Amino acid sequence: MTGFVRSLVLREARLLFRRPAELVNPLIFFALVVALFPLAVGPQAELLRELSPGLIWVAALLAVLLSLDGLFRSDYEDGSLEQWMLSPRPLAVLVLAKVLTHWVISGLALVLLSPVLALMLGLPSQCLGTLILSLLLGTPTLSLLGAIGAALTVGLRRGGLLLALLILPLYIPVLILGSGALQASLQGMSSSGQLLWLGSLAVLTLTLSPFAISAGLRISVGE
Amino acid sequence: MYNAAGKRPFTVFLITAVSSSTLCNGGRAVTFPLLEARALTCERDQRVLFEHLDLRVEAGEMVQVAGPNGSGKTSLLRLLAGLMSPTAGEVQWRGRAVTAQRHSMARELVWIGHRAGLKELLSPEENLAWWSALHHPAARRSIGEALDAVGLRGFEDVPCYMLSAGQQRRVALARLYLAPSSLWLLDEPFTALDRDAVEQLEAHLAIHCERGGLVVFTTHHRLEKQPSRYRQLDLAAWAA
Repeated sequence: MTGFVRSLVLREARLLFRRPAELVNPLIFFALVVALFPLAVGPQAELLRELSPGLIWVAALLAVLLSLDGLFRSDYEDGSLEQWMLSPRPLAVLVLAKVLTHWVISGLALVLLSPVLALMLGLPSQCLGTLILSLLLGTPTLSLLGAIGAALTVGLRRGGLLLALLILPLYIPVLILGSGALQASLQGMSSSGQLLWLGSLAVLTLTLSPFAISAGLRISVGE
Repeated sequence: MYNAAGKRPFTVFLITAVSSSTLCNGGRAVTFPLLEARALTCERDQRVLFEHLDLRVEAGEMVQVAGPNGSGKTSLLRLLAGLMSPTAGEVQWRGRAVTAQRHSMARELVWIGHRAGLKELLSPEENLAWWSALHHPAARRSIGEALDAVGLRGFEDVPCYMLSAGQQRRVALARLYLAPSSLWLLDEPFTALDRDAVEQLEAHLAIHCERGGLVVFTTHHRLEKQPSRYRQLDLAAWAA
C-alpha cells in the first residue's frame, strides 16, 4: 500500500520539477496581482492595509485555480489515466496522493510567498501568523475542490472557463472564512473561529473529495 | 454461462469456482470463455458502431479485431477492459461483469491503449517502475531485463521525449515482459515498430497464447506467426 504511494509521490515530484513553468506560473500570477494592485490604487497606505486580507485571498484563490486546470490534463492525453483506472490500486487513494503532492509542492510555495507580499501591502507583522495559518488550512481545500472540477472537465477541449464556473461557487465559503480570519486579526480580534471552520472544511474535503474526483475521472475517461 | 450450459455437464459449476478454464470430462475437453461479451452495442456521438456483438474468448486464444477505420475497434477494446460502459449488453470476465470486479480483473489485465500511458518527461526505466508500482510490483532488475528484451538497453535513462515513436512503443510493450497477467488487451501494438520488432512481438504474443493466455488486439497488419488458436473478428459484420 505505502510502496505505490511513495512511487506516485516520486513520479509527481519528478514531473513537476522537470516542467518548472507549470509550477512557477501560478506563483508569478499571485505575485503580479498583489504587486500591481498598489500601483492601481495609489499610495494610500491605510486603504491598502484595509484591503489586503481580501486581496491576498482572492489572488491566492485564483492562483490555485490556475494551477489546477492542467492537473489531470497531461495524464489524460497520454493515456496514463487509463492505466490508473485499470490498476488494482484504489483510484481514490491515487488521486488523493496526487492532489496532495501537487499541493505540497505548489500550494506550499504560495503559502511561503504570501508573507512577503502581505508586508508589501502594509499588513502588520502580528497578522502574519494568521495569514499563514489561514492559507495553510484553506489552500488544501481549494486544491481538492478544484481537482473535482479538473477531473470533470479534463476531457473537454476548452475546460478552463467551465472549471472556473463549476468551482468558484464552492470556493466562496473558503474565501469568506479565510479573508474573515485575516480581517479579524487585523482588527485585533481573535480569528480562531474562522480558522477552526477552515480546518473542519479541510478535513471534510480531504475525506470526501477523493471519491468525487475519482468518479469524475471515470466519467471523463469513459467518454 | 447460459449459452454454453447445454453443452456443459454439471461438474463444470464446481470447477468454475477454482477458475480453471479447461477441463477434461470423459476424454472430451470442455472449455468455457474467460472473457465474454454478450449482445454488445456501442454508440458514439449518436452513431451506432456495432450492434448485438457476441464474443467469447477462451484461454489460449488470440483474437484479432479487424475492420475499417472508424468501425469501433478501439471502442470494443475499451468496452472489454471496462473503461467504457456499453450502450447495451454486458462484458464478463470469469463469469462476472467487468464493472463489478474492477479490482480482481485489474490484477490479470495488461492494457496498452493507442495512447500508451507513457510520460515523456520520465525515462523508460522511471515509466516502467511507476507502471509496475501501479500494477504488479517488480524488482529493478526485472525492469532492466524487460527493457533489454525490447531492445532498449542503453536507453534506460534517456527521457522518453528524446526517443523515436517506435522506441516509445517498445517502452510501452516492455510491460508485456514484466507482468504475469493472463489477459492482454492491445490497441494497435504494431504501430511504428520496425520489422524485427514486429516479428519479435508476434512471437511473444503467440507464446503467451500457447501458455494459456488471452490476447485481444487490433491491427491492420497481417500476422506472419499465428498461434494455433487464432481467429479474426471482423467488426464490419456487426456494423449497424
